[in-house]
Amino acid sequence: MTVPDPANVLLEARQLSFFRQDEPVFGPLDFRLLAGQVALIEGDNGSGKTTLMRLLTGLLHVEDGELLLHGAPLTRQGAAGEIAFLGHQLGLKSDLTPRENLRVTEGLYGRRRGLDPATALGAVGLLGYEDEPVRRLSAGQKKRAALARLLLIPAALWLLDEPYANLDREGIALVNRLLDRHAREGGAALVTSHGAVSFAGGEPQRIRLHA
Amino acid sequence: MRPGSTSAACVALLRRDLTLAWRRRGDIAMPVLYALIVVTLFPFALGPDSALLTRIAGGVVQVTVLLAMLLALDMMFRSDIEDGSIEQLMLAPQPLALMLAMKILAHWITAALPLIIVAPLLAGMLHLPSAVMPVLIASLLLSTPLLSLLGAVLVALTAGTRRSGMLLALMLLPLCVPVVIFSAGAVAAAQQGLPWIAPIAWLGAALAMTLVLAPLACAAALRIALDA
Repeated sequence: MTVPDPANVLLEARQLSFFRQDEPVFGPLDFRLLAGQVALIEGDNGSGKTTLMRLLTGLLHVEDGELLLHGAPLTRQGAAGEIAFLGHQLGLKSDLTPRENLRVTEGLYGRRRGLDPATALGAVGLLGYEDEPVRRLSAGQKKRAALARLLLIPAALWLLDEPYANLDREGIALVNRLLDRHAREGGAALVTSHGAVSFAGGEPQRIRLHA
Repeated sequence: MRPGSTSAACVALLRRDLTLAWRRRGDIAMPVLYALIVVTLFPFALGPDSALLTRIAGGVVQVTVLLAMLLALDMMFRSDIEDGSIEQLMLAPQPLALMLAMKILAHWITAALPLIIVAPLLAGMLHLPSAVMPVLIASLLLSTPLLSLLGAVLVALTAGTRRSGMLLALMLLPLCVPVVIFSAGAVAAAQQGLPWIAPIAWLGAALAMTLVLAPLACAAALRIALDA
């Protein structure tokens, strides 16, 4: 393995561990995520996958170890706008339509070059559902709307917590396609999953969590 | 307005919250109905003595509006926390305090403004002299945003706890007292023909201070509440 060019390292964890009431949740953990790379976080239920995600977004404090974004310690200011997060709660307003939801995202984050809410919704296969309230969509369609938001946000690092849940075969292929395109455009992604996953772009880096 | 700029974010968030409130118009009507019922019941309980009603009108309307506002207060961030929107808001490259200030503004427009609009009707039902009406409206225009802002900080502080309603009410009570004293005091002074500008000025000063500090405190409290 060649030593990676430090300029290419998007995210780096050094001896990262997390404790909840003095009980170790995971760690110590070392990994590097390069631009153009997709990594898979593996672990059983309760092994701390979601906790790790929340640490990486800056929503939780790093207390033990180091977390570097672009070579500098991860701070809320530094992470703002650099990270797009898709969690268990999708962050969609159920009384608004997918189009209205994405307009809010557009206002808050700006948008990726060459995309607007309509094209992002088209890219995830929600054409014809743009003006339907989110609460009337199926679980899989809601997930697709959340994926459209991910596409729209101009962030280099994607953190996807269980992106395959609720999706049909076609939807899983869609996630893989989006990840592949994101990686080819120089972005990076961390994906948690407890299922078997195969990427179009070959074998991903695997990060294993142990309790 | 460029997408992603701070002003675009403010507009987007304000529009989102107002649209959401409009899609659930029944929830806006509820505090107004509550205030109407309370004020309607007072003459029945105290008797139709117009001198007595005139004397208590200002205070009754103030307290009723305050209680009606409390009904909607703990809804301020709840749905955002439940559906994960608050995390998306915190990860956005925008000042969180300003974004929360927009949410508080939207909440004031939907929860307090309808009450201020019906306040003359409520006061009229209790025979408040029409000359005092502008003072009542002025005091409400200052005291209701003050309550929204103070309430938002407490809602953010209790955001992490389940069934926070009781705790919220308990913590808000001491903060409400000075607001009620000054706003009802202004109306009482105007009714007696005394100068009423001093309590209004106090409310204005408190509002100016809270307007700056409350969103910052709110942002810090919400971050702590979610860091668990």
